[in-house]
Amino acid sequence: MTAGANRETVTPSSLRLVLTLAIAGLISGIAIIGIYESTLPTITANKARELREAVFKVLPGVSQMQALVYRDGELVVVEEAKKDEPVVYGGYDDSREFVGYAVPAAGPGFQDTIAILYGYQPAQKLVVGMEVLESRETPGLGDKIYKDAEFVGGFSALSIDPEIVAVKKGTSSNANEIDAITGATISSKAIVRIINETHTAWSGKLPAPGSEPSIKASEPTSAEGGQ
Amino acid sequence: MKNNQSYEEFIKGVWRDNPVFAQVLGMCPMLAVTNSAVNAVAMGMATFFVLVGSSFLVSSFRNWIPKQVRISCFIIIIATFVTIADYTLLALVPKVHKELGAFIPLIVANCLILGRQEAFASRYPTRLAVMDAVGMATGFLLALFSLGAVREILGDGALFGVKLFGANFEPWVIMILPPGGFLTLGVILLFFNWFKFKKDEFLEDVAEAERSGH
Amino acid sequence: MDNLPWIFISALLVNNFVLTYFLGLCPFLGVSNSLETSARLGLATTFVMLVTAVCAWVLNTYVLIHAPYLRLICFIVVIASTVQFIEMLIKKLSPALFRAMGIFLPLITTNCAILGLAIFATNRGYGFWEGIVYALGAGIGFTLALVLLAGLREEAELSSIPKLIQGTAMNLIIAGILSMAFMGFAGLFSST
Repeated sequence: MTAGANRETVTPSSLRLVLTLAIAGLISGIAIIGIYESTLPTITANKARELREAVFKVLPGVSQMQALVYRDGELVVVEEAKKDEPVVYGGYDDSREFVGYAVPAAGPGFQDTIAILYGYQPAQKLVVGMEVLESRETPGLGDKIYKDAEFVGGFSALSIDPEIVAVKKGTSSNANEIDAITGATISSKAIVRIINETHTAWSGKLPAPGSEPSIKASEPTSAEGGQ
Repeated sequence: MKNNQSYEEFIKGVWRDNPVFAQVLGMCPMLAVTNSAVNAVAMGMATFFVLVGSSFLVSSFRNWIPKQVRISCFIIIIATFVTIADYTLLALVPKVHKELGAFIPLIVANCLILGRQEAFASRYPTRLAVMDAVGMATGFLLALFSLGAVREILGDGALFGVKLFGANFEPWVIMILPPGGFLTLGVILLFFNWFKFKKDEFLEDVAEAERSGH
Repeated sequence: MDNLPWIFISALLVNNFVLTYFLGLCPFLGVSNSLETSARLGLATTFVMLVTAVCAWVLNTYVLIHAPYLRLICFIVVIASTVQFIEMLIKKLSPALFRAMGIFLPLITTNCAILGLAIFATNRGYGFWEGIVYALGAGIGFTLALVLLAGLREEAELSSIPKLIQGTAMNLIIAGILSMAFMGFAGLFSST
């Protein structure tokens, strides 16, 4: 075939080499920025919807939410948390009354880091819901931490004072005990440990029950539109 | 004649020179995401898009790109297509994107794609280059799909999430774990080896028969 | 800082790059036919991974905050050129070291394990020291997997094996068994 025949045989000037690369880079840059700009609204909306759904799931009865961070000794409302800044989401019901916090937490599991979101009601010191956001636990065993409805349901009214304890299946008797999953004890205990550790880290920072930041006057249409 | 040649280029990628089963190329991203048929097909489609798009561009501009900087140009073109695929998947199917995760950017490092640019697209006219890319990418997609399907059926008792067996089926969990990826590909390659052996034997027999016949 | 040991062990054993993420398979299957070559390749890879971790951290902290969409292109271009520069530097400064791992350096730059390291470290939001420890664990883990497979292959070459199974098919099945063995490391840190 014509392989290589129609390519230049003389060495092209270095200016031409640099120019070719620069043009290639420029065109690729434009293409990438174009696709980034055009997909950004959808991606942001998807992420916000996912977070909203997760928060509403772990805090039953909640219909509005806002992000809260701990700055200068108090919990303040922010539009968006800075990178690497711990954040909790305050959940509020239809009459704008505070219901509880949805707290993102992460820690080592059996295989890799597990990321979860749990709902916390400070008035009664109760964990009211738990959702696994990210995990690579063993399929069929460790993944029961989010597939086993009984285990997930166990977090719907769990006392966290004193700290949660995972016990052998069928032996939970106290308000702060949860049945571990048979065959996935390590993953179950990992979830419990992640919640306990995150709870300890936040306990000094959350305001006394009753004095939580009230919800900012947000556009109620978007709150309902998300559902 | 010309149509014949395009067809040749296409079919060679799908079967005879199948990038995965015959050349064992481009396996890095593939084994990790073949734990279910859906993931495998999504990864295959993304690779299809990147390979065909890059081949088209590289072949169109093959007389403009100086030889000395060709690899850099190829990589820029491929990386651009991968970034486009990445953002498109993230916007359209966030669930699948979450499963594939970090492995979409890794399409860049797939030796199959750069290999096709260097060996084929930068030397041949656009039409042939695109046919070659379509063939190779289809072959790759089929290979990914067969691996993903085997692993999902055995490891989860399902295909595309639809349960195939009754409740009595005990899934071979190991198949959707990393070792299952190695074992499945190993066994499929074994099958291809066996097939080639049989074919060689058959050809030898034919040759023998012809020699004794004349 | 207390999660550094977990990051190291996780990258080294539990989530070994080759045996659980399937990264760097090409050299894993291609080069691993002699113990010595494997060890050298592993050493060179660990080195490039450390350089990559530093590059990725610098890019993420100073450049990509402003333009996250250029991540992939930046990683490839910057890592490749940095490694090339270091290669020239080693050649000048220490010919012995260059002989030990020099020829592998350009090959490794295009290895998916390198790009994978940069992307995983970014996705997990690792800082500087976390990135370094992660790279060290991943590099040593890569070397470990490579050396193990090379040892097994050297043994296999001395035994009589049916022609049908020889080659890549056998290597993949060996790798599968190795991968199963490495699964035993899961839960090292959470079982306490």
